Amino acid sequence: MTELLVGTRKGLFVLNGEPGSPFAVKARAFAGDPVEYAVRDPRSGRVLASVTSPFYGPKIWYAEDPAGEWEQAEGIALPEGGDVVLERIWVLASGEADDTLYAGGDPGVLFESRDGGATFEVNQALLEHPTRPKWQPGAGGLCLHSIVPWPGEPGRLAVAISAAGVWLTDDGGATWRQGNEGLVARYVPEDVPADEIALCVHRVHRAATRPERMFLQFHGGVYRSDDAGETWADIGAGLPSDFGFALALDPADPDSAYVIPLTADIDRVTPDGRVRVYETRDAGASWEPRGDGLPHEHAYLTVLREAFDWLGEGDALELYFGATSGTVFGSGDAGASWFDVATYLPPVLSVSAAGGQLDGDRGADTGR
Amino acid sequence: MPLVRVREPLKRLTGGQSEHAIDGSSVGELLRELERAHPAAKGWILDERGELRRHLHVFVNGAPCGQDAHLEADDRIDVVPAISGG
Repeated sequence: MTELLVGTRKGLFVLNGEPGSPFAVKARAFAGDPVEYAVRDPRSGRVLASVTSPFYGPKIWYAEDPAGEWEQAEGIALPEGGDVVLERIWVLASGEADDTLYAGGDPGVLFESRDGGATFEVNQALLEHPTRPKWQPGAGGLCLHSIVPWPGEPGRLAVAISAAGVWLTDDGGATWRQGNEGLVARYVPEDVPADEIALCVHRVHRAATRPERMFLQFHGGVYRSDDAGETWADIGAGLPSDFGFALALDPADPDSAYVIPLTADIDRVTPDGRVRVYETRDAGASWEPRGDGLPHEHAYLTVLREAFDWLGEGDALELYFGATSGTVFGSGDAGASWFDVATYLPPVLSVSAAGGQLDGDRGADTGR
Repeated sequence: MPLVRVREPLKRLTGGQSEHAIDGSSVGELLRELERAHPAAKGWILDERGELRRHLHVFVNGAPCGQDAHLEADDRIDVVPAISGG
């Protein structure tokens, strides 16, 4: 049984099913409120959700059973008395240390929990980084949207901020340095000073079995790093467009990546009215379209950065993505064929997949 | 003492009461005291800067007011979500 946590503009939807057929809606929570992201912690089985009420501000909630009672996590706020306010929590991610969870948000901030998500503290080093006055927000705000732990090494972490680029730490977040060499921002003049920070990274993931390898979807460009995010090489040639947000990997294959191209930054829909996922199995040297079962005529969908996830690996890799049209698509065979998971949801902001035990008290597999 | 009225979800977060008699000489002072008296509501009305959240409105005796509005003992304060969007 696969579980999908689908964050939408009108609440969280918990879907259950088997690849190949539409999933059942098991629960809906936070009806009416935007749910930016939800994830089931594979260690505890606890579900966490980021909810941004337009009236009452961003909160993180947690529950053992998403159909049951939710509790509000503490500490999701910036220091009082400052001149900035927390706008939104974009993403949640499990850390490598026991009970560690991270939350990334706008304005380019990282929160850490060491008790499984009940309480959080903001990372002061990133909040007070001396370059922060130069950081510029993307269209969606100054969002910290990608949190990429290093398997087995709790102190090593990469995060990505739109549009402040990639940031790396080797000391658990005590210090941060940029990891942006090779990224080319085509949307600014070529003679902009190197210390000007306007790098609109859209999504980053790390290869599970070769952690120094990372893939990155940029605001115009798809990149790969083989040195843990220090430098990047453009691998977007062969795609119908190198603009997009969504990115997924096969944990079994460090040469694999999946992207969902959109036409361009001024036309953020699937190119030519066709929905196609593009797959590489040679680290970006070539890309193959995967569209069997996906809409291929007059289909102008937008897939957001958190709305693509995976479960399992290899030939049995499951892939799931949702569109702002409210449709969620899935594949149970690593993208070779696709089926409709759900058709009439509110606009989809995020998709998170989990499997295995889903009764909330024995943990779950998430493919991470 | 001014009387502040709240609706869900603030009612649930303030002890299940929709009306609270709270001392305060200004709207801002009253809202800070409301959050202090009901920690579950902290951050729901005022943001980290101490500002009223962007899409909340405050009315004093039916008139829209800001945080600096002076309060009298018999004033009635309503905290309501804004009618935002289309």
